[in-house]
Amino acid sequence: MINYIIRRLLYVFPVLLGVNVLTFVLFFVVNSPDDMARMQLGDKHVTQAAIDNWKQQRGYDLPLLWNGTETGVQHISKTIFFEKSVGLFVFDFGLSDSGRDILADISQRMWPSLAIAIPSLIFGVLANITFALLLLFYRGSALEISGLFLCITLMSISGLFYIIIGQYFIGKLLVLTPISGYSPGLGAFKFILLPVFIGVVSGLGTGVRWYRTLFLEEAAKDYVKTAKAKGLSDLQVLFKHVLKNAMIPILTGIVVILPLLFMGSLITESFFGIPGLGSYTIDAINRQDFAIVRSMVFLGSFLYIIGLLMTDISYTLVDPRVRLE
Amino acid sequence: MKLFRVAGLLFLMALTSSCSDTPLNSPYVEKSGSGKVIYTSFSERPKHLDPAKAYSSNEYAIIAQTYEPLFQYHYLKKPYQLEPLLANEMPQVHYYDAEGTRLVGKIDDHEIAYSEYQLSIKPGIKFQPHPSFDLALHKALPKTWEGKSIYDLPLKTRTLTVDDFIYQIKRLADPATQSPIAGLMANYIVGFAEFANQQSALKKQFPDVTKSQRLKSKSLEGVKKINEYFFSIRIKGKYPQFINWLAMPFFSPIPWEADEFYSHPFLREKNITLDWFPVGTGPFYLRENNPNRRMVLTKNPHFHADYYPSDGHAGAKEKGLLNDAGKRLPLIDQVIFSLEKESIPYWNKFLQGYYDASGVSSDSFDQAVNFSAEGDVGLTQRMIDRGIGLQTAVTTSTYYFGFNMMDEVLGGRSEKTKKLRQAISIAVDFEEYISIFQNGRGVAAQGIIPPGIFGHLAGEQGMNPVVYAWQDGLQRRSITEAKALLSEAGYPKGVDPATGKPLVLYFDTMDSGPDSKARLNWFRKQFNKLNIQLVIRGTDYNRFQEKMRTGSAQMFMWGWNADYPDPENFLFLLYGKNAKAINGGENAANYQNAEFDRLFEQVSTMENTPERQALINEMVSIAQQDAPWIWGFHPKAFSLYHGWYKNAHPNLMANNKTKYINIDPVQREQYQQQWNQPVYWPLVLILLLLACLAIPAYVIFRRIERSTAL
Repeated sequence: MINYIIRRLLYVFPVLLGVNVLTFVLFFVVNSPDDMARMQLGDKHVTQAAIDNWKQQRGYDLPLLWNGTETGVQHISKTIFFEKSVGLFVFDFGLSDSGRDILADISQRMWPSLAIAIPSLIFGVLANITFALLLLFYRGSALEISGLFLCITLMSISGLFYIIIGQYFIGKLLVLTPISGYSPGLGAFKFILLPVFIGVVSGLGTGVRWYRTLFLEEAAKDYVKTAKAKGLSDLQVLFKHVLKNAMIPILTGIVVILPLLFMGSLITESFFGIPGLGSYTIDAINRQDFAIVRSMVFLGSFLYIIGLLMTDISYTLVDPRVRLE
Repeated sequence: MKLFRVAGLLFLMALTSSCSDTPLNSPYVEKSGSGKVIYTSFSERPKHLDPAKAYSSNEYAIIAQTYEPLFQYHYLKKPYQLEPLLANEMPQVHYYDAEGTRLVGKIDDHEIAYSEYQLSIKPGIKFQPHPSFDLALHKALPKTWEGKSIYDLPLKTRTLTVDDFIYQIKRLADPATQSPIAGLMANYIVGFAEFANQQSALKKQFPDVTKSQRLKSKSLEGVKKINEYFFSIRIKGKYPQFINWLAMPFFSPIPWEADEFYSHPFLREKNITLDWFPVGTGPFYLRENNPNRRMVLTKNPHFHADYYPSDGHAGAKEKGLLNDAGKRLPLIDQVIFSLEKESIPYWNKFLQGYYDASGVSSDSFDQAVNFSAEGDVGLTQRMIDRGIGLQTAVTTSTYYFGFNMMDEVLGGRSEKTKKLRQAISIAVDFEEYISIFQNGRGVAAQGIIPPGIFGHLAGEQGMNPVVYAWQDGLQRRSITEAKALLSEAGYPKGVDPATGKPLVLYFDTMDSGPDSKARLNWFRKQFNKLNIQLVIRGTDYNRFQEKMRTGSAQMFMWGWNADYPDPENFLFLLYGKNAKAINGGENAANYQNAEFDRLFEQVSTMENTPERQALINEMVSIAQQDAPWIWGFHPKAFSLYHGWYKNAHPNLMANNKTKYINIDPVQREQYQQQWNQPVYWPLVLILLLLACLAIPAYVIFRRIERSTAL
């Protein structure tokens, strides 16, 4: 397994390089360094000298990919692409184009995102699995039909609607939780109640139907019949055997997103005033802050690859038959 | 067991908060309502808090409270009037000819080669407490300090001297600072450009020398220290508006120690820089700065003697604006800015009493404001019942619809194209635009100068005769008149003789998303009145800017917000030498008129006299006839305040208004308690419903358990 992990880690490098090239090309097709300077310097009284100065200060006065005025390796190394990319591979994200340290910003903003994302994931998965198993338990009854109808209704409502209704009903009419806001430490509790509750409820429709499908497939297998023939109750069969055997697809869905949890959620954080990473990338795109965009895309890709690797490893933990070669 | 303990702890916390007198839904961890604290918000992280770089309103909301320039606008007087702030008195201005001889007596503006501003500052003013004044910290930071708050470090202060003003002017010039006004100031301050070049060379030559050492090592020719409290700034020619720049945060004093302190690499890694942690003399200092969550301004213990004004405009006393006259400023202890990105949560929290003031967004407009049959603006009954007050003010901004004067079809000064522009100006009904898209919050513009700025004329005198006629008020000219002008322009019934089809014109805009569809359709309809086909060319920000720079857009919409209350700051938007496509200036329409330019050069250096007004009238009239813009509208700002928020006054030029605001915390706390009583019965109802559901579930469960197959 060690060899497998090392091999997979070695694949990371070319993948990240490809992602980096793609981000670079896409960004600079839309924005030139002059455009970036204008965006940073504002609309008023901006002169070409100020733009040239901004580019020079931040290293955007070099050619993009190929420096024809240099010789040897410097054809490539004295370019915006090279100078802005090298640091990424040692996780040195440097300064944003507005002058802030990106790593410091990420490490500060990831905690509020995690404070929402982790409980939402845990309670969401628990609720989804429980309801899915219950639906399976009540298969063929009016309760199952009502439950499925409810799931489809929940799926059909937009995420934004849940937030606005949740804030209006719980925060404004019932006056039970703050409408928005955040505080670090234990003070965060009252601020995350509502977003987590809304996150869990808004994900129920899709989640329950997905897990129900997984469990249905398992429930049709022979070992379930055997277990029942041995006299186990339906609840025991569902929660002890079906659930355990359905763990591989469940893990596939969960483990792969674990490393990405700290990237946050754009809409939830925006409406609840959570100072997380959800809007960090989109704000950077709007501000044409290439330093942040490339760092976040790089980090996102890296974490996704790590997530996939963790999924592979987790298979071996839940299913002894799986061996990583 | 651990899980139970955590759950128990959380339950206890919830219980504690419900038992305390802080409402359950309070968005603040500390007890809100009590204390002289202003609760407000910010929707996006300010880009810069360095006064040399900051140039937008959300940045000024913070730095204008922490930094102070030499002058400020009187809070209550109209028209806007400058008065000394850190300066001891208004400046003495001396004029010199090209040989350096001082001009005295009656001076012809053409003789003036230089103006010298003699400036004196109040003695004994101290900076806020800050670790940068402890020089030992420049060498090394204490090892025990974790880098959480700079205010955990030893704090010291220092007396303000003119060196701090001179240092800041050098910072403005230094290319490494990247001040947005560096290019502009290089045209005025003597030696500014040379100093910038010198600093660039020094930086290359000695990259390890710190910024403060580099800046202090050279002098700037036009800025001279006379003694600790006197200095002078020499500028090229005569530029009376320069004093307005001296009232902006750009010219606030910065201690060299701040740059030196913040140059520490450890601080840089923690995002602790002068761009984020100001060091000023203002009434407040930024005690807490997490631009991703909240920023807290706290009263500066070293703030100098400054008092609430005892006089103001007519009616100020009746409005209660002089109730705090003569009191020592600031009147409050703290301002808490919380991150609030969306307008709906902000509005709901304002109604719950957790924010003290609010603008009126389109989402909440109908809930807050109604118009009487006479068109007067008022508050809805719900707002009145809550003791909320409304203030409106026409802003010193203008939003206009521009014609590119370099365009072959629309541009130039020929009679034909002029009539085409005039016809379109009549057809595009901005009163309707304001009513539909601005909820009535705006005034249709008659010319380039907005109300509140010298040169603006109200009523019939200020009417744009090309678009309106006066019949007991402004009456937009009829479409028949517009069509007649269009025929004279060579497009009878809107038909282009070259093609035999309706004339096609192009509108370049950045707003091309679904939200803008109604607005763009409205523009099409306006042009349709003349049988002109309007083609919308949607584009992104970068391409739009590029089109404007190269002069390839035909029609566009743009705006301008006053830097200072002088007509020059608007008239220069049509000055020929500022043409965007030719010289990269702010004249986006690329309008050229020799007579207008001649008058501009004359008017821009004049004092506000009847002669200046007469010349401005002439300029406005020329522009109205040439119609390089459809004059668009001046937006009207609507602000709502709770009853406990005192002394709010719409002074559009003063950025340092927070020090004048007073709060009645007792009233606020009472209202917060009253408005935020939790309602539990719906929860109980939901639990009962769930319990009812459990009964059939149990029945089916029993049935399944008794059956044989899954």
